[in-house]
Amino acid sequence: MSDPIVKISGLNKWYGEFHVLRDIDLEVKKGERIVICGPSGSGKSTLIRCINALEEFQEGEIVVDGIELGPNLKHIDAVRREVGMVFQSFNLFPHLTVLDNCTLAPIWVRNIPKKDAEETAMKFLERVKIPHQANKFPGQMSGGQQQRVAIARALTMNPKVMLFDEPTSALDPEMVKEVLDTMVDLAEEGMTMLVVTHEMGFAREVANRVVFMDAGQIIEANTPNEFFASPQHARTKLFLSQILR
Amino acid sequence: MTDIASPSFVRHDLVNERPAPVKTTGFIGWVRTRLFNSPTNILLTILGALLLWFTIVPSVRFLMVDAVWSGNDRTACLAENAGFAVGACWPYIQAKLPQLIYGFYPEAERWRVNLTFVLAAVLLVPMLVPRLPAKGLNAGLFFFAFPVVAFFLLHGGGIKGFGLSWTAGLLELFDDSIIGAGNVLLNLSKTSAVAPLLWVIGNLIVLVGTAIHWLVFPLIWLRDQIQGSGQSVWVDFAVTTAVVCLIAFFLGGGLRTGWRALASSFATFVAIAIVIKLMGLDHGGLPIVLTNLWGGLLVTLVVSVTGIVTSLPIGIALALGRRSTIPLIRIFSIAFIEFWRGVPLITVLFFATYMLPLFLPGNFTVDGLVRALIGIALFTGAYQAENVRGGLAAIPRGQGEAAAALGLSWWKTTSLIVLPQALRHVIPNLVNSFISLFKDTSLVSIVALFDLLGSLRASFSDPKWSTPSTAFTGFAFAGIIYFIFCFGMSRYSLFVEHRLNAHRRN
Repeated sequence: MSDPIVKISGLNKWYGEFHVLRDIDLEVKKGERIVICGPSGSGKSTLIRCINALEEFQEGEIVVDGIELGPNLKHIDAVRREVGMVFQSFNLFPHLTVLDNCTLAPIWVRNIPKKDAEETAMKFLERVKIPHQANKFPGQMSGGQQQRVAIARALTMNPKVMLFDEPTSALDPEMVKEVLDTMVDLAEEGMTMLVVTHEMGFAREVANRVVFMDAGQIIEANTPNEFFASPQHARTKLFLSQILR
Repeated sequence: MTDIASPSFVRHDLVNERPAPVKTTGFIGWVRTRLFNSPTNILLTILGALLLWFTIVPSVRFLMVDAVWSGNDRTACLAENAGFAVGACWPYIQAKLPQLIYGFYPEAERWRVNLTFVLAAVLLVPMLVPRLPAKGLNAGLFFFAFPVVAFFLLHGGGIKGFGLSWTAGLLELFDDSIIGAGNVLLNLSKTSAVAPLLWVIGNLIVLVGTAIHWLVFPLIWLRDQIQGSGQSVWVDFAVTTAVVCLIAFFLGGGLRTGWRALASSFATFVAIAIVIKLMGLDHGGLPIVLTNLWGGLLVTLVVSVTGIVTSLPIGIALALGRRSTIPLIRIFSIAFIEFWRGVPLITVLFFATYMLPLFLPGNFTVDGLVRALIGIALFTGAYQAENVRGGLAAIPRGQGEAAAALGLSWWKTTSLIVLPQALRHVIPNLVNSFISLFKDTSLVSIVALFDLLGSLRASFSDPKWSTPSTAFTGFAFAGIIYFIFCFGMSRYSLFVEHRLNAHRRN
């Protein structure tokens, strides 16, 4: 495969005295799907939030599509334009309609004319299968629909990398599938994805690599088959035995 | 009937719809269920009815039944002439109405006040009706063009220069004060203990001042040339138009996309030129009416509208400043807010009116009304800042993060995502402050400005209308006026709240 699109090297982060991320090294190739899992508090969310500079870090370097993001977060805007993010709690803008949610960033960040932005937005809303809800407000939709809008909103910026921060954890069990299906579609189209999730079924089906984190460090990384069939580290074995029943 | 004890049941005959019992619906049902449904409620209903009886009936008697409606002086409103115990004395209001609206504004010039009121209404009403188009232009006219026009209409007077002269004048003033400060330090250095230090700093400041002087010299020279020419206003206007249009053109994207910006800024200047010509500002304008002649409802409206319009931006800026991560801005905002909130409005007004002139440089005077306006705007701004901060605090952190993740800058995140939501949350609080500001304008009467209430009290001393009910009539009238404005604001805010919070209804 080609050069890495995301390259994390020697990443260290502290919250005050607390060492949350320790010597993280990770390379993501273009089109690769990576699932990051681990117990809560292991630093998975913090790690992917560092990639688009929602968190600052003290040591190390992150390079996204050739744009270097050091501890002083210089090229922060350039990086954020290339990286889309989907949050656990959707974070749609409640005062704007679904369509306005999806056109806001193209219009105000990329300076695209309103009409073109709306066309693109509708295209992506169709892809996540909710074009007919475009004029509703987020509060009028179910959680699953909101999360699909959030995915469409991130896609309207044509990101090269998509980050998913536990996208299904806040959903009713019935709605998890519709969101995961959307993500599977996206993966099949060749999007580079970093997904923090506890959905091991999704990891098995879609991921090229599963990364297991604990206490702020990467414990084990492997292809899903190897990872689930023969985990090497004792901590990984314990984790898997607790979540797979 | 079904056997309800049996575990299996199949319905064969459907039950037809029947009207509800009379005693649960309609007026009777409402009375029974809402007014007389329990002993406590019966008692409350009776008490409420009594309360209405004892307040509404006397008010109606005073204001309408026992009122005198016509007459030329106090004799019409005396019980011995009217033949009954007189309530409100409306002819008194009728006779004093001009004073209550205009104060001592010269009678020949009162059309200017009326024109201002009409202009305000013409611009304000379309802005308040959501269905009408061109909100941006409308708001621009109301918030930027109207205040200037209103100033020249109400106050009168003309202009001697335009943008270039004003810029030159400001820079000159700024430069003079720098050199002045340097000279003061140099003087101090002759007597002080730290003389050498002061001497060095003083000389440095004078040097900087002189440097600035040489930098702005071309501008001042141009200004003097323009002022020397016969048509100073129009020459200056043309130069300013050219400069601003060019700047707009290049900021708008130059040859590629700048034409729109160029056209709109040029249109703005044409409009300004028309206004200048219409009002004759280039040769003196309308006769000057000093603000100490203004009064009545005019002053109340000028003070309250200016206060409302300026306090909100001040409040927003301070609220954002208070949440800033930059310590200097945060400390300044906190100090500002706490200072103005900690001081009574009366003190602010006294300070603005009687103390401020002592602090300003000798030849620099600010009109009394303007001083009160600034005081009220800053005072209300501090309160609005805390209201807005409440709204900002209610916005989840995720909103800002989502906007940042999409690549929006801090300014865009704040103005497109955070503020629109925050302000919607606090509409009731904001309007609360507006209403209380509207009523607090009556305090300006203690600094010798005659607002509606001040003019009213002044009119009590007229012996021609001195009757037992004059004061009651006057206060009732003022109360009704205040109520109409405040109630109007209150209802409109409910409407706006309902409209803007469409997203919170399912």
